Amino acid sequence: MKQYISVTAKFDAEGNVLPLCINWDDGRQFPIDRVTDVRFAASLKAGGAGIRYTCRIQSHEKYIFLEENRWFIENDKAG
Amino acid sequence: MRTILHSDCNGFYASVECLYDPKIRNQPVAVGGDAEKRHGIILAKNEIAKAYHIKTGEAIWQARQKCPELVVVPPHFDRYMRFSRLCRRIYADYTDRIENFGLDEAWLDVSGNDADGEAIAQEIRKRIKDELGITVSIGVSFNKIFAKLGSDYKKPDAVTVISRENYREKVWCLPVEDLLYVGRSTKKKLNQLGVFTIGELAALPLSLLRGNFGKWGDVLHTFSNGYDASPVMYADESSAVKSIGNSTTAIRDLENDEDVKMIFMVLCDSVCRRLREQGAKAGLVSISVRDRELSSFTRQHKLNVPTDITEEILDAAMELFRESYHWSKGIRSLGVSVGELTPSGSPCQLNLMNDERKRERMERLDRSLDSLKRRFGTFCVRPATLMKDTALSGFSPKEEHIIHPVGYF
Repeated sequence: MKQYISVTAKFDAEGNVLPLCINWDDGRQFPIDRVTDVRFAASLKAGGAGIRYTCRIQSHEKYIFLEENRWFIENDKAG
Repeated sequence: MRTILHSDCNGFYASVECLYDPKIRNQPVAVGGDAEKRHGIILAKNEIAKAYHIKTGEAIWQARQKCPELVVVPPHFDRYMRFSRLCRRIYADYTDRIENFGLDEAWLDVSGNDADGEAIAQEIRKRIKDELGITVSIGVSFNKIFAKLGSDYKKPDAVTVISRENYREKVWCLPVEDLLYVGRSTKKKLNQLGVFTIGELAALPLSLLRGNFGKWGDVLHTFSNGYDASPVMYADESSAVKSIGNSTTAIRDLENDEDVKMIFMVLCDSVCRRLREQGAKAGLVSISVRDRELSSFTRQHKLNVPTDITEEILDAAMELFRESYHWSKGIRSLGVSVGELTPSGSPCQLNLMNDERKRERMERLDRSLDSLKRRFGTFCVRPATLMKDTALSGFSPKEEHIIHPVGYF
């Protein structure tokens, strides 16, 4: 499922955007350790398309998508 | 030799909707207009729905008879515009010669010293699938017409090459109506001449074609033989607008001149605002009328002086309507379009009988209304007449219909 999330991101002087931290609704924060890949991609799982950041978060690999001006993740849980 | 690609997004609207809603992806899906507002026709369908012989343009209830479990979703034009833009951005990585044909089709000229059209087409096909989550079929050929036939040849998610070596086998056996601009009536005429395939059309003597179709005979001859040499336009060359029009199906049947005037007012407001945005004046006004039994006609009228004044265009439309319709039946839909466009600044012959001072005042009024509507929306200021029936007049074609059909010429 598609889940929109709050993200803290950095804009560099060239205009590149880099996500730094995912902020969960319940107050938990997940810092992004490293972004290993950035490309435009569709998310068939969540339903959408945008800039896909492959991120390492607590030694897990996770995709975060920036679609226009909203961030979303592919949530495995249905609902 | 030129290398032309024609890329066609398969079931574009439906594919985008299926991407956004994973739950419906494995079901027969159609994008349909709003049945409540009587716009209840199929706009697009996915591959699964296609297997039920659901056709674009048919009524939703007809489609449901063929396929009761059909999922009908409302259209999201903003999404389609975005995906069209994203496709174009991918094309732009390969060439600056991109000519859009509607939202979901485009020609690309990738000619170069050693351009491998097929390899480029395969790469584009794969990228669109990975990056956008929709599929395209691409035709590769040495002219635009055969490239378009190629994109229809195998779908979805496929590439077809039509070369100088194989076009006789691939193209000439296709039914003649597959050729661009062979519609129902041309097909009928050609069939009467014993022409059923594109190859048979290509073999027909030009003189015979000219005799039957006039200058269209030349076009048919050129298209079917692969002689078409029309260039793919550059990306920044927007083709000059030749006409501007809007039409609508009213929420209820129109019963009298007053109803018709209300609809024309809304349509003319949209058409004239678009006309003024283009910086153009119109020399021709035409209307289209469709009654409740779905028979329709169009009428046109040449204006004495080109104009962009809403009231003048509206008057011309109403006059045309009064001359040509006598209310034997209620009316279902109406359209207004303007043509013979000239730049606003170009000199024109004034008419001594016209009150030019009044016309200037009307122009100023239109400009003021335009800027109000630009800032606060179409509904911020409206003629009082439209308030008599806000359900009937409460639509805004300028915002709702940003997608206009295009022609090849």
